[in-house]
Amino acid sequence: MEGLALNDRAVIEAIYRDNYPVIQSFILNNNGNSDEARDIFQEAMIVIYEKAVSGNFELNCLLKTYIYSVCRRLWLKRLHQLQRYGSLVENMEETVAVEEDLELHEKHNTDFILMETAMNKIGEPCKSLLDAYYLQKKNMQEIAADFGYTNADNAKTQKYKCLVRLKKLFFAQYKNGN
Amino acid sequence: MDEILLIETVERYLKGEMTSQEKTFFEEIRKKNPDIDQLVVEHTFLFNELDKQANIKAFKHNLYEVESKLTEEGVISKKQLTGKAKVVFLWKKYKRSIAVAASIAGIVSIVTTASISTYKSKEDNKDITYLIGEVKKTKSEVATLKRSINSNPGIQTPPNPDPSFRATGFLIDGKGFIVTNAHVVNRLKTIYVGNNKGEYFSAQAIYTDKNADLAILRITDTSFKTIYNLPYSINKGNSNLGEQIFTLGYPRKEIVYGEGYLSAKSGNEGDSTAYQLSVSVNPGNSGGPVLNKRGEIVGIITSKNSTADGVVFAAKSKNIYKLLESLKDKGDTVTIKLPNNTGLKGLDREQQVKKMEDFVFMVVGN
Repeated sequence: MEGLALNDRAVIEAIYRDNYPVIQSFILNNNGNSDEARDIFQEAMIVIYEKAVSGNFELNCLLKTYIYSVCRRLWLKRLHQLQRYGSLVENMEETVAVEEDLELHEKHNTDFILMETAMNKIGEPCKSLLDAYYLQKKNMQEIAADFGYTNADNAKTQKYKCLVRLKKLFFAQYKNGN
Repeated sequence: MDEILLIETVERYLKGEMTSQEKTFFEEIRKKNPDIDQLVVEHTFLFNELDKQANIKAFKHNLYEVESKLTEEGVISKKQLTGKAKVVFLWKKYKRSIAVAASIAGIVSIVTTASISTYKSKEDNKDITYLIGEVKKTKSEVATLKRSINSNPGIQTPPNPDPSFRATGFLIDGKGFIVTNAHVVNRLKTIYVGNNKGEYFSAQAIYTDKNADLAILRITDTSFKTIYNLPYSINKGNSNLGEQIFTLGYPRKEIVYGEGYLSAKSGNEGDSTAYQLSVSVNPGNSGGPVLNKRGEIVGIITSKNSTADGVVFAAKSKNIYKLLESLKDKGDTVTIKLPNNTGLKGLDREQQVKKMEDFVFMVVGN
């Protein structure tokens, strides 16, 4: 789990190898295609990632069971949205309650989308500037060079201006959205 | 400018870049100034969100990389390609073999069609009930009938031929040409046709087409007078699914009307010479005309499926044209002029039936 919180590729790969085939066959057996299986599994991975990052990831079941439960829930919800009804073909897998975790994930997801839309709205060069500094974690010297500012301080000033705009946009949406 | 400076300070504060002196000073300001305190809270939130955004994006990036690696390894299955691009590709690649395969398939299908039409007569199918009605009577009665006809050759209208089979036919030429089914004609040695007024005329089969199950009778009785202006026409094309149709026939001694719809464009086992109808018919309806609402004859009732409900087959009317064409090719001197009137068009159903029933005949015989 620590490896997952640190975004360790080897850990991610191991989880995929152990769990993906089961989830894929579950979704293919229940009216889904392989693209949808990928989507669902990805979302489940983000759920466990968020849980790992939050630091209180205590599993009282196998990781396999947890992932299956999350994917099953997510897929049921997706089927409902797509209005594809039908009885679920279940493997004989046990499941655990994951509703709370998914609610939390749902909230994180809306925040994520809010931030993304805000970012898309501030326009260039603000978007690239903030992206480079806050998301790609580049330092100000690099950014100044990349964007053609004469020095890092000017880039920094510009960055703060952008941040003020982003903040306004984000909180305007955040208050509307919640 | 003030706010920017403030943001910078807040950022440094959050990142822990401040010296402890600065930090104490800043925290002092926060306590005294609620506006600044609020700003710090807001910024903390924003930075947290940005951080999360960064982490999730990095995580997703890793997910994609793992995914594509595993897809290549085959652990994750790819969605099958669909669409034109792939078809074109396959076509180019396999053009030659497809061409060869197609020509083989063509030859095979020609051979099989030929052998089927040679060896498999339509009447062999056990699921099909021909709608020719059997009339119960004793052999002695038939003998009496035959005698009475033979002893009185001048008889114009046999009072009641007391037949063994009954079916339906309809005029396609007022000179006395009637269309019915081939399977009707094949069962009858002597044929009589009767109209709705109870008049009977002797008739002869002049042509049969077993494939389309059609036959043409010619009324040989001199008492039959040419009827002009048949009010209907015979449809040359294909009818549409769901088209409303009606039929007239003699499942009993009296003419019976039935209505329904066209339910499939082919007949039994994909027979392209026929339609499938949903209409109530019974033995005796064989050879009955099927008309659409415009009063065009679109088919001729032939049979129904004995194992399925409401599945009736009718030969397509354009087969009549084909039949006449092949007659002409054979150099037959009989000239039949098919009716081409629209006298039933626009009339309501009762009127159409009333006008039509004079031209629908009972086909009887033994």
